[in-house]
Amino acid sequence: MNPQPRAPQALPEVGEEEIRPLIDRNLHLEGPLLPMLHDIQAAFGHIPETAVPMLAAALNLGRAEVHGVISFYHDFRKAPAGRHVLKICRAEACQSMGGEAMAERLLAQLGLDWHGTSADGRVTVEPVYCLGLCACAPAVMLDDTLMGRASEARLMAAVEGAEG
Amino acid sequence: MKIYLSMDSAAKALGSEEVAVALSAALEARGETVEVIRVGSRGMVWLEPLLEIDRGQGREAWGPVAPEDVAGILAGEVESLGLTEEIPFFARQTRLTFARCGVIDPLSLPDYEAHGGLAGLRRAATMTGEAIIDEMKTSGLRGRGGAGFPTGIKWDTVRMAHADQKYIVCNADEGDSGTFADRMIMEGDPFCLIEGMAIAGLCTGATKGYVYTRSEYPDAVAVMREAIIRARAAGVLGDDVLGSGRAFDMEVRVGAGAYVCGEETSLLNSLEGKRGVVRAKPPLPALEGFLGKPTVVNNVISLATVPVIFEKGAQHFADFGLGRSRGTIPVQIAGNVKHGGLFETAFGMSLGDLVEDIGGGTASGRPVKAVQIGGPLGAYFGRDKFDTPFGYEEFDGQGGLIGHAGVVVFDDSADMLGMARFAMEFCAVESCGKCTPCRIGAVRGVETLDRIKQGDGAAVELLTDLCETMKDGSLCALGGFTPYPVMSALESFPEEFGLTKEAAE
Ligand SMILES: Cc1cc2nc3c(=O)[nH]c(=O)nc-3n(C[C@H](O)[C@H](O)[C@H](O)COP(=O)(O)O)c2cc1C
Ligand code: SF4
Ligand code: FES
Repeated sequence: MNPQPRAPQALPEVGEEEIRPLIDRNLHLEGPLLPMLHDIQAAFGHIPETAVPMLAAALNLGRAEVHGVISFYHDFRKAPAGRHVLKICRAEACQSMGGEAMAERLLAQLGLDWHGTSADGRVTVEPVYCLGLCACAPAVMLDDTLMGRASEARLMAAVEGAEG
Repeated sequence: MKIYLSMDSAAKALGSEEVAVALSAALEARGETVEVIRVGSRGMVWLEPLLEIDRGQGREAWGPVAPEDVAGILAGEVESLGLTEEIPFFARQTRLTFARCGVIDPLSLPDYEAHGGLAGLRRAATMTGEAIIDEMKTSGLRGRGGAGFPTGIKWDTVRMAHADQKYIVCNADEGDSGTFADRMIMEGDPFCLIEGMAIAGLCTGATKGYVYTRSEYPDAVAVMREAIIRARAAGVLGDDVLGSGRAFDMEVRVGAGAYVCGEETSLLNSLEGKRGVVRAKPPLPALEGFLGKPTVVNNVISLATVPVIFEKGAQHFADFGLGRSRGTIPVQIAGNVKHGGLFETAFGMSLGDLVEDIGGGTASGRPVKAVQIGGPLGAYFGRDKFDTPFGYEEFDGQGGLIGHAGVVVFDDSADMLGMARFAMEFCAVESCGKCTPCRIGAVRGVETLDRIKQGDGAAVELLTDLCETMKDGSLCALGGFTPYPVMSALESFPEEFGLTKEAAE
């Protein structure tokens, strides 16, 4: 895999008409902003800039406030991640089973740092603090699939085997 | 013949879905049509994926099962571990809150009722709010989220408050490393949490509930949402809860990756769609909580323990325990441990017994060096504190806390200065930013620990002062308790910080 970090790319264009229904369908909720942001991110892989003024208008908030909420939470992205996201647990129980050393070797093999995306846009590696798999550490999540008692070899195979 | 296979996230992470595929193939090859029931976890994570077969003489267990083992097991060629409930790790437990977890199909309401479910809610529905409070107080139940506040007293404050709308908010943010009890209940016995929340609603007059959980728990979210739909269809939730004439309904909300959102006021802000910044108290959430209305905020295990209290009676529950820690606690044994999993037991068992006897020592086979109890804000205990009985006051007396009852085991290769540094780093990453001692102090803490590592002995005093400042000047326990893991590591393992034992004392 190419060890160069990915060159900045133009963000994909997302139109208002695609975002609108994701806002509207949550408007009836108490405290609707997080559900809206989750729906938008699920649809586009990130929160497009176009969504910010729309959310602000729908909820009677300032744009800065909406930005403030998006930036507070680790989950929300301003740009899409790689086609696969590998989350490696860095919390204590996983550390006790050698999770950090495993993560470092894996990052070195991929030529990436935490939060980095491979040059071909295939995989983004992110830290996560506990997946609730602390009795079968170290734990990782590749897209939606959990892996317990993870090893570098199994992880590398999973990353390479992932489609796309 | 019936076959049971766990579908808890931990089982999935260890290959249960591949076993499920192998199982249907093997059954088909044998020309057998046998019911395969997918269940939550029995909590013996080192045996996952756990397969159980009931041939009419109780449930026999095999685990950990690999796909290639399945045909042999069905053919009777592989010896079992015996009856699941006779495996010592299981047999030695007192399962009250987790009585059904791993036993029943999590989404079958008839199974739930057949195993004692809804009996508590039916009973509570005939009681006044005041009588429910009395029962809660008699049980002695204290919050399982960390602070150990008496649940009955919290509910009473909300019950007595006058408002047009009140809420029950379940804190399912479970961010502590070493903990998974909330996840196991939500995946393995979701109706139990629903029932507990409905009882809280009937008691306090709250008609709406929210379960706020983490985005790291997609399976728990899916199971909870489906269980709510089924409970509503069966009249357990809705305008007329089990024919009581009283309303209670609920929904699940998902966080977005912020540890601090487990703190109750930060959680409420997040639920309202704001930045998850901690609110100053007072006002208490019980008086001004979600959207400014009186709100019960309770941990999953606190709420999921309510049904059994009403089913079996408060006194039955209170008869277990030690001192002011009544009932049972689901201890989660994790990290570098041979027999990791969830062990529900009456308060009072010693830490050493939990780690060495129940947990079987380390997974690596090396000596145990330290355990961290209560998540990233909990203290490290060396073996010299292994006599400490599991109880709120008992742990407090040893300079620790039980928190959400996660126990993370480390072997002798653990780098304690590194763990102290991690505690500071975690605090810096997750700080909500409201107070300086936490936001800036944690960053300074990392730098100071780096200096100590480079041999700067004078920095130890700086670290101690910094921890004092964080303890005294932080609004919530993220900044206020991060000194626990840091200082306990320093005090128990001074030589790793370049000190002699005497100098640290
Ligand atoms: C930084 C921080 C994180 C917390 N995380 C959780 C959590 O994940 N789950 C939880 O139930 N309580 C958590 N708490 C404790 C809650 O603030 C609160 O005490 C609890 O939800 C009350 O419920 P209980 O009385 O049933 O324990 C946290 C507290 C702090 C300071
Ligand atoms: S101690 Fe830290 S997390 Fe808690 S309120 Fe202060 S800044 Fe926020
Ligand atoms: S600490 Fe890694 S899964 Fe909990």
